[in-house]
Amino acid sequence: MAKASEPVIQVKDVVVELNSNRILDGITLDVYRGEILGFVGASGAGKSVLTRTIVGLLPKQAGKIEVFGTNLDGLDEDERRNIERRWGILFQQGALFSSLTVGQNVEFPMLEYLDLSPRLMTEMAITKLEMVGLKPDVYRKYPSELSGGMIKRVALARALALDPEILFLDEPTSGLDPISAHEFDQLILTLQRASQMAIFMVTHDLDSLYATCDRIAVLLNGKIGVVGNIDVMLASEEPWLKSYFHGARARVGQQGKQ
Amino acid sequence: MTAGTLTLLSGESGRDHLAFAAAGVWTAENAAALESLIDAATRPNLPARTVALDTEKIERLDSFGAWLIERALRTWNGQGLEAKLIGLNENFQSLFDKVQAGTQQLSAPPKKPNSIIATLESVGRTMSAVFDDLVLLAQMVGSVIVAFFRVLRHPSRFRFTSMVNHIERVGWHALPIILLITLLIGAILAQQGIFHFRKFGADIYVVDMVGVLVLRELAVLIVCIMVAGRSGSSYTAEIGAMKMREEIDALRTMGFDPIEVLILPRILAIVIAVPILTLFGALAALYGGGLVAWLYGGIAPEVFMSRLREAISIESFKVGMWKAPFMALVIGIVACVEGLQVKGSAESLGERTTNSVVKAIFLVIVLDGLFAMFFASIGL
Repeated sequence: MAKASEPVIQVKDVVVELNSNRILDGITLDVYRGEILGFVGASGAGKSVLTRTIVGLLPKQAGKIEVFGTNLDGLDEDERRNIERRWGILFQQGALFSSLTVGQNVEFPMLEYLDLSPRLMTEMAITKLEMVGLKPDVYRKYPSELSGGMIKRVALARALALDPEILFLDEPTSGLDPISAHEFDQLILTLQRASQMAIFMVTHDLDSLYATCDRIAVLLNGKIGVVGNIDVMLASEEPWLKSYFHGARARVGQQGKQ
Repeated sequence: MTAGTLTLLSGESGRDHLAFAAAGVWTAENAAALESLIDAATRPNLPARTVALDTEKIERLDSFGAWLIERALRTWNGQGLEAKLIGLNENFQSLFDKVQAGTQQLSAPPKKPNSIIATLESVGRTMSAVFDDLVLLAQMVGSVIVAFFRVLRHPSRFRFTSMVNHIERVGWHALPIILLITLLIGAILAQQGIFHFRKFGADIYVVDMVGVLVLRELAVLIVCIMVAGRSGSSYTAEIGAMKMREEIDALRTMGFDPIEVLILPRILAIVIAVPILTLFGALAALYGGGLVAWLYGGIAPEVFMSRLREAISIESFKVGMWKAPFMALVIGIVACVEGLQVKGSAESLGERTTNSVVKAIFLVIVLDGLFAMFFASIGL
């Protein structure tokens, strides 16, 4: 599925330091339109940091980030909003607004960016909720009434609210049962096929990597160690990658696959 | 790329058949315009029995466009027409299937009762909440006392470090602002007194007024209001945040009593810190009063001091100091009760913190009134 077409995200030599610890030490990575890029690395290696840096939640010390061919530095507010409207982010803990109902959470970006009739907005919110496998009745519930898995799904529905061109997923399948996780992978594939959406997915779920990712990038010691499809990963002699893809859990995953 | 369009291809077939053609960009940006096109196309009583929607010329389709098409199909079917979708690009098929799978069956919202009943209900709920609150406060006082005696029997279990830490935060860190505020209150009181008493040539009685008022009432009230706003709120927020993140449940499952671990040290700390703050507050207020009496009223410090000695007795001081620990207890208990009632949302945390401060200040003033009656009846 990966097309060598235009890159939607271009990260060049990005350096990020937190409390004078160098977390990302010169990251260079492209994400192309219509591909699903899996981003893996050890816990605490800075995978989420890169995501947060790209979307502008963390400042970078050096380097350049271009999204849709636009350098994100020095944009004025309107230009930035135009970019932000075209991406959606699923946070690890969901990050739903706890004072709003599920429906209001999903409608929130639509209300902000689109001029829709109330009827269409409600219908779209319900459509999104059903697309992520929830029943329409969650529409009126509050996030505090939902289970962890449902919160993730609502958060995905909110991330998809504006049909983004780039979707950032931070550990999307963590906290979902294996069946839901599998459905979730399929859902991502469906959505991506239909809308040519680029997906940047931070994950630890080997099944997701096998099932969905066109390419995988590995973060090692603050740099991108290896990039390639799953075969490249499996063939790699890098010690960390070897234990990642050939460890006990990985073997079980592969058997399940076959 | 052109915006999304929907045109009626007329005359293509006989009168029983209508053909529509959709073209262009059917995405979120155009959703509002597309919705009115769809509404027009699906108006009731169309002169046809079959409808066909040709989607071949759609260049881009997202879930908004897909849903609008699906909505048109459903409306037509609902009107008893035979609706057909033709020419859907296979790239869009999986998205369209996803959208089509949605049932949109939202159950009706719960009915709103009429406004009189709703008002009565809310009054009733508020009243029962007041009683519930009193019960919870009594329960908390009980649990704290039980925890206190348990800790007395096993002193090694007491979180001494935690208590000292809280004394530092409630007492030591509050000292500068308490000193400043009480100094100003004393000064203002003296200035107002002198300004009005001067008319009767009774300047010197300002010393009596400042002395008695500050020692009996003002120092302790000002300190308690400050502490309720400063430390009561932070107790509620801390305990509430721990409740939200299941830290309190974690403590319980490990066999710790949250009252003993979290609440007892906080309450003891506030009960110890508030009388100390009251003492310093009273001194600062008297100092402020004396300063103004000297600079504004021309009452020399020696005169102020000797008059003060005659005007106040150790009893006035005791009355103020006796009240301090009880008021501190009320603030601490209210703050902890509210903190433990925080639910999952950030809104609930904010609401409980507000409640904590408002209730604590209200109860402190009620308690002050009760003390006034009590001391009056025993002749102090």
